[in-house]
Amino acid sequence: MNFSVLQFPASNCDQDAVHAIRRLGHHARLVWHKDNLPAGTDAVIVPGGFSYGDYLRCGAIARFSPVMQSVRQFADKGGWVLGICNGFQVLTEAGLLPGALVRNRDLQFHCEQVYLKTAAADTPFTRRIPADKPLRIPIAHGEGCYYADEATLAELRANGQVLWQYCDSEGNVTDQANPNGALHNIAGICNKGRNVAGLMPHPERACEALLGSEDGKWIFESLFEAGRERPAAGTP
Amino acid sequence: MSMTEPAITPDLVAKHNLTPEEYQHAVKILGRNPTYTELGIFSVMWSEHCSYKNTRPLLKTFPTRSPRILVGAGEENAGIIDIGHGLAVAFKIESHNHPSAVEPFQGATTGVGGIIRDIFTMGARPVCAANSLRFGELSSAEVRRLFSGVVQGIAHYGNCFGIPTVAGEVYFDRSYEGNPLVNAFCLGVLRHEQITRGAAHGVGNPVFYVGPATGRDGLAGAAFASQDLTEASAEQQRGAVQVGDPFMEKLVCEACLELLATGAVAGMQDMGAAGLTCSTCEMAARAGTGIEIELDKVPQRAPGMSSYEIMLSESQERMLVVVHKGREEEVKRIFDKWDLPWAEIGVITDTGHMVVRHGGRQVVNIPARKIADESPVYHREAVEPAYLQAVRAFRLDGVPDTVQPLEDLKRLLAWPSIASKNWVYRQYDHQVRAGTVVLPGSDAAVIRIKEDCLPVMSAELAARVESQTAPGQAFPEKYLALTVDCNGTYVYLDPYEGGKAAVTEACRNLACSGAIPLGATDNLNMANPHKPELFWQIRESVRGLAEACRAFDAPVTGGNCSLYNQNPNGPIDPTPTVAVVGLIEKPEHITTQWFKDEGDTIILLGEAVDLGDPLLGLGGSAWLQVVHGLKTGAPPRCDLEAARTLHTTLVGLIQSGLIKSAHDCSEGGLAVTLAECTMSRMEARGTPRFMGATVDLSEWPETRTSALLFGETQSRVVATCTSRDGCKVVERARLMGVPAQIIGKVGGERLTLKTRGSEFSASVDELHHPWWNSLAKHMNQPGE
Repeated sequence: MNFSVLQFPASNCDQDAVHAIRRLGHHARLVWHKDNLPAGTDAVIVPGGFSYGDYLRCGAIARFSPVMQSVRQFADKGGWVLGICNGFQVLTEAGLLPGALVRNRDLQFHCEQVYLKTAAADTPFTRRIPADKPLRIPIAHGEGCYYADEATLAELRANGQVLWQYCDSEGNVTDQANPNGALHNIAGICNKGRNVAGLMPHPERACEALLGSEDGKWIFESLFEAGRERPAAGTP
Repeated sequence: MSMTEPAITPDLVAKHNLTPEEYQHAVKILGRNPTYTELGIFSVMWSEHCSYKNTRPLLKTFPTRSPRILVGAGEENAGIIDIGHGLAVAFKIESHNHPSAVEPFQGATTGVGGIIRDIFTMGARPVCAANSLRFGELSSAEVRRLFSGVVQGIAHYGNCFGIPTVAGEVYFDRSYEGNPLVNAFCLGVLRHEQITRGAAHGVGNPVFYVGPATGRDGLAGAAFASQDLTEASAEQQRGAVQVGDPFMEKLVCEACLELLATGAVAGMQDMGAAGLTCSTCEMAARAGTGIEIELDKVPQRAPGMSSYEIMLSESQERMLVVVHKGREEEVKRIFDKWDLPWAEIGVITDTGHMVVRHGGRQVVNIPARKIADESPVYHREAVEPAYLQAVRAFRLDGVPDTVQPLEDLKRLLAWPSIASKNWVYRQYDHQVRAGTVVLPGSDAAVIRIKEDCLPVMSAELAARVESQTAPGQAFPEKYLALTVDCNGTYVYLDPYEGGKAAVTEACRNLACSGAIPLGATDNLNMANPHKPELFWQIRESVRGLAEACRAFDAPVTGGNCSLYNQNPNGPIDPTPTVAVVGLIEKPEHITTQWFKDEGDTIILLGEAVDLGDPLLGLGGSAWLQVVHGLKTGAPPRCDLEAARTLHTTLVGLIQSGLIKSAHDCSEGGLAVTLAECTMSRMEARGTPRFMGATVDLSEWPETRTSALLFGETQSRVVATCTSRDGCKVVERARLMGVPAQIIGKVGGERLTLKTRGSEFSASVDELHHPWWNSLAKHMNQPGE
């Protein structure tokens, strides 16, 4: 499967995503923010980092970059797009995902392991995740508190668009397990079409036993499985 | 540009921190009186920060060679050490104390930015950061403001740049009140062929300025860092603090590494302390060439800047690049790609002079090598400080033994210098780059070096590497351990022993992780060298550091001196911080400090108490400070031979696969070490994994219970192995000459500790709470 990992001027988890995908036996290449998606792209990763320094709002400038126009077309045609951390922020700013990520409730940056409960299994991002298995994956963000108005939240719930919620090691969604104050402990969501997803935690940092957890690979394995079932969807 | 420059008066010379003798020497070098800009240049180039004029004779005593050293101390911006398979690491530590005292957030960000630049200037890709911090006591609101500002500054810069901050240390002591210490460390990786020199080679080669425009910020920061810090100076110098932009740094770093791969670069240097001055001067001096620059071509952020201001500005994230003539287009192409400002500002000459033109006039003409190499050197007077007599005479006679060991233990665990630093490191991204194998919270951080840690290779180098690699052969991943250490109290109470102890503790931490030292970088945070008592502290602690670095084969690859650290109440404790980097042979040797499995055997390596020490290891101890309010007594003796034997034995046992956990004994003694072993494994947020233990020390000859539990006798490690291997480990250790005994068993949910005179038992949870939440509580954060 061919992954295109976007590279904004200050992306800093781009290499980590490439590393994780290649280690899991698939192809990944970096795509510069001034370029278009290459032909043959099966899925796009919008990686973590600080895109353009995030001086306005996280991800607010990145959405105007040339590559994002091409990602939008790709997504419109049903192509799979996964935004991680800053990439999730970019996708909400670009309007590809609803809601917004605001500052953590204690106003501090949090780098720590969290547990994630997978709330919907019927997406290309979650289909391989073992049922009832809380995923142990690290977070590293200062603005990861998911926020949306009531109507949007209701819609997310009604459509099963909430993919991951912060939980404890037993899988209970508690306030104590919520590192940033996200509404409903939301750690990740998808769009209505279920082909675009974003999450604050970093699955690419949890794909090797050496690094303490392999739980992140279930998210990539889900995409690989989905990829085996259908040819590239939305290559422009 | 037509501004009239002030006349050079003795007063103006004094304001530039130059003595009349130094000024006369400058006149002699020039053969005439300096211009105003030249005066500024001499001032910063001959500041302690740039010239080490007060400490150079001492620094020469450090061991600096080993077969692994590729670039030695003092040659370049950072030393470089071979780690095998054609790979190498560049690392260095540097202080940003005075700026952080004035403006903690920006002071810390630019400290991190500066050290990252020192590393990629060498051609290395920066892959991890660490830091060493000192503050006053957290009961002071001002200290809390400084502490929180510094941590946020480090976090902001490192997190945005995308470098994991993997290790560090923080101590709180009244001596640092008003004068915090902020030492930042960075490590980078490169292939041997990628080493880049900061030399201005090639007469006729153009000189490029890359990075953001020059402003008035940070004017003469190097000179500022070389004065006593007073309240008046702090207020006055607020404008001297630079502003950091990690986004810009990331771009400059990537662009420079990309440019280096083209082979178009003849030499490169960052504009750090003393900005354009230091970079041009040092580059020309190293190559024995001259350099001519045109200030009108330097990108400027403020209108009407004088040549003095442009030359001395410390605006951040700027680099000076000497390019092979005819390859200018490649520089332009790459810097345009990264949307970075660049300008061709000058040329390399054969005159040996640094010549600066501005507005059609020549404003500087200085022999480059002379100003760089003929900086003054002072052999300062050293006199043993009077307070040490009382320190040495101190005995335990008036100090009652511990009556409530459990209460004492809990107080120690909550003491901010000992308490968990999770409030700090949780704010640092310590996992970006997907290489952090052991996260903050064990004895040493361990990182994995993989292929994407290397800078982009030139086509030629890539082809050569490929031709030397067998088909299907994986990249030779490396595992590095690193730690930063220094107990300033020990150094204050005995600078020589304290200096030795700092290096020894760092190397012991590495050994506990399974690593063998590669080299060290030091940061001498000291007070005013003009005061003989304070210079004596510097001299003695350097003697200790040097001796210990020799003993552990950890050559010093470079470092930094920060003098004049004092607050209105007096000088800081002398704090020669040491960062040591080590290599772990195989991933299976990576060892962490926490207990692993029920039933494992606990072994103490080293003597439980140094009975030859009249203070039984309690001199300068945390226990004396916390429980008795006493910061005195000769600190524990540091026997380097015993330490070396312990370290090699421990690493040998680890490499034989016998050791399941290893944790060094330091502040707070054996009781704190054991408690940490039971509770420091953190699985996830709010999910610590406890593993209790039962320990019996009643076999130990009668001594003070406090010495046994809280004494800080050196060269001790608590290790565990399976119960089957217990006797084997003890035997092998003893055979190597390391005292060893089985002291207990892992298991249960409680820590039970028995000595001849005492016994207590506490749930691990009860110990974990004060230790884990202490800093957050002090910082008024809700605990977890």
